[in-house]
Amino acid sequence: MPDDDKQPGVPPTGAGGASGPTGATPGTPESEAATGSAVAFGPTEQHRPHAPTVTGRSREGMFGISGSGDTSGFGGLRLPAYAPAPAERPYGGWFDEVVDETAAALDEGGVTTFDAAVPQVTVDRGEMTWYVAREHLPTLARTLRDDPALRFEFCSGVSGVDYGEGVPQQLHSVTQLLSMTYRRRLRLEVCLELDDPHCPSLVSIYPTADWHERETWDMFGIVYDGHPSLTRILMPDDWNGHPQLKSYPLGGIPVEYKGAEIPPPDQRRAYT
Amino acid sequence: MSTLEPGLGTDPTVADPATPDPYAASSRETTEGTVYTVTGGDWDELLSETTGDERIVINMGPQHPSTHGVLRLVLEIAGETVTDCRLVIGYLHTGIEKNCEYRTWTQGVTFVTRCDYLAPLFTETAYCMSTERLLGIEVPTRAQVIRVLLMEINRIGSHLVALATGGMELGALTGMTNGFREREEVLHLLEFLTGLRMNHAFIRPGGVVQDLPEGAEKRILEFCDVMDGRLPGFHQLLTGNAIWQQRLVGIGYLPLDGCLSLGVTGPILRSAGLAWDLRKIDPYLGYDQYEFEVPTDNAADSFARYKLRVEEMHQSLRIIRQCVEALEPGPVMVEDAKIAWPAKLSIGADGMGNSLEHVRKIMGQSMESLIHHFKLVTEGFKVPPGQAYVPIESPRGELGAHLVSDGGTRPLRVHLRDPSFVNLQAAPAMCEGGMVSDVIAALASLDPVMGGCDR
Repeated sequence: MPDDDKQPGVPPTGAGGASGPTGATPGTPESEAATGSAVAFGPTEQHRPHAPTVTGRSREGMFGISGSGDTSGFGGLRLPAYAPAPAERPYGGWFDEVVDETAAALDEGGVTTFDAAVPQVTVDRGEMTWYVAREHLPTLARTLRDDPALRFEFCSGVSGVDYGEGVPQQLHSVTQLLSMTYRRRLRLEVCLELDDPHCPSLVSIYPTADWHERETWDMFGIVYDGHPSLTRILMPDDWNGHPQLKSYPLGGIPVEYKGAEIPPPDQRRAYT
Repeated sequence: MSTLEPGLGTDPTVADPATPDPYAASSRETTEGTVYTVTGGDWDELLSETTGDERIVINMGPQHPSTHGVLRLVLEIAGETVTDCRLVIGYLHTGIEKNCEYRTWTQGVTFVTRCDYLAPLFTETAYCMSTERLLGIEVPTRAQVIRVLLMEINRIGSHLVALATGGMELGALTGMTNGFREREEVLHLLEFLTGLRMNHAFIRPGGVVQDLPEGAEKRILEFCDVMDGRLPGFHQLLTGNAIWQQRLVGIGYLPLDGCLSLGVTGPILRSAGLAWDLRKIDPYLGYDQYEFEVPTDNAADSFARYKLRVEEMHQSLRIIRQCVEALEPGPVMVEDAKIAWPAKLSIGADGMGNSLEHVRKIMGQSMESLIHHFKLVTEGFKVPPGQAYVPIESPRGELGAHLVSDGGTRPLRVHLRDPSFVNLQAAPAMCEGGMVSDVIAALASLDPVMGGCDR
């Protein structure tokens, strides 16, 4: 995958500081990534440091106005893009237990390690999110489902999020897992580039992902490799484009007055 | 290969002058093979013509009265046995999730309430609870009780439609008329409480839009008494009915492991023996303060689901009565003036509108109030960036709202995990190997609502 090294707007050595793999060995991300991923993946993936996960656009100015003489001062507003902070141990509650158990189960399996499979763990508003390296997703999901100490036997759903242009890895594939045995919920998130939207399918592990992945393909254009029949589900079969992408053109509303048209929603005056 | 299109009328070119019956089976040749048109009662004729060797593909739908919305089934049959079942959805896709991205968080309620049109208050609640988790706010107690109260009334209405349309699909038309008559009571009550029969947009981020009208308790208790009298009617009419049992017992079988792997929740999962109800498992909105039971069954068939829905309505009535007792005076919206709309609605001479008192205050006394009012209504409130997934127990199962905020006044992403969408996936597992007529019974027991499924 040659495109993986190209991440606009992100410094190439993004592993420093807060963006490094969580917890254990923050000082040596390079060696860790090498040992972790050398087992299963090609050389291009090996030394890729984990870039910070960005979920939001940076903002400039207000009211969507640019290029006009701004006397109000609102145009001077500058806000950086939001990046969910990696959680620090202890995560609290059952979160630590699940991470430890998963790490142990993955070590036992010998295919990958937790730090290689989950470069970032985020705990926010009482919900735990794992940002998963896509090549490890099936291994991780199978472990989460089958390990007796984890038992995430239920997949609530798979959906996509498009964070918009200018955000590195703007497409996210979000999987909500549920452990009915232990009554826990976990979110797996895979970040993808728009020009390489491939993600492994979970249908063989969670059959319920079938329609969810078809819907996400239909709406976001995320290709789930290994899906038995990745076809459109909500839009007609011959539809062009993926409507939930932020770049999908929106239509305006023609009004019957001198040929006027109400502009599309994304071109109307916006306050944010 | 033969394709069969029921109900499309007969082809006059093939009409045989020897048989004067205008409704007899006809056929025509297409590039795909022979297309037969049958209108009912001429099934034997078709089978004798095709001699049973050919693969017959039935296209059922997309507009079929036996489906809870616009659903299309593609059935492959051998004789009367379904060998392959495929569902085609998307006919009611209206882009609600996409629309929400261009509206404020408060306006989003107006859109999501139109998803599952039989259980609008559940979608509103899931959306609002997810927004509130993002905001990090707690809803006042009275608003929580009102939400529970409305949802349980709505649950009765939704289950009544499940029984009514289910009865209609199986030919039990009295079940249909009774079910819709009872549902009318539910809708009248909801209209009295929220102002609208459906698409209420009554539950808003931060609470509910206004307090219950005067005399609400009395009306609700009267409704409970009426329903107490009428719900046993379903048992008298249907439960012991031999035909009803023959059509439902053992039909649409889906055991527990099938439910879990296919992601099925709600009455279908509970009919397989697992007492999984989020109101008990993961209590929200103070559901742990109410006494109620989660009925389960082990039969995992359509009849068990029918019985569970009737029982769940009784349990909902129990909760509604406890809600009326739990209603204490208090605010119904968070106190934070940065989130709650300042508008105070009141009933004037010309119907519902802004209260005169409030209009006088913002217009005459306080310029700041007017500015604040304007900004909050047009721009909306900002929600801190992040994401939240809040599941609740809708009449059909786990209804989850996954909301993502980028810190602005509009959601970056609204995703609804609608139980209809997920449960419909189980239809092939329930139908394949059974009779064509049982497809209808199995689908009816799934109780899908296509508005929620396609969003």
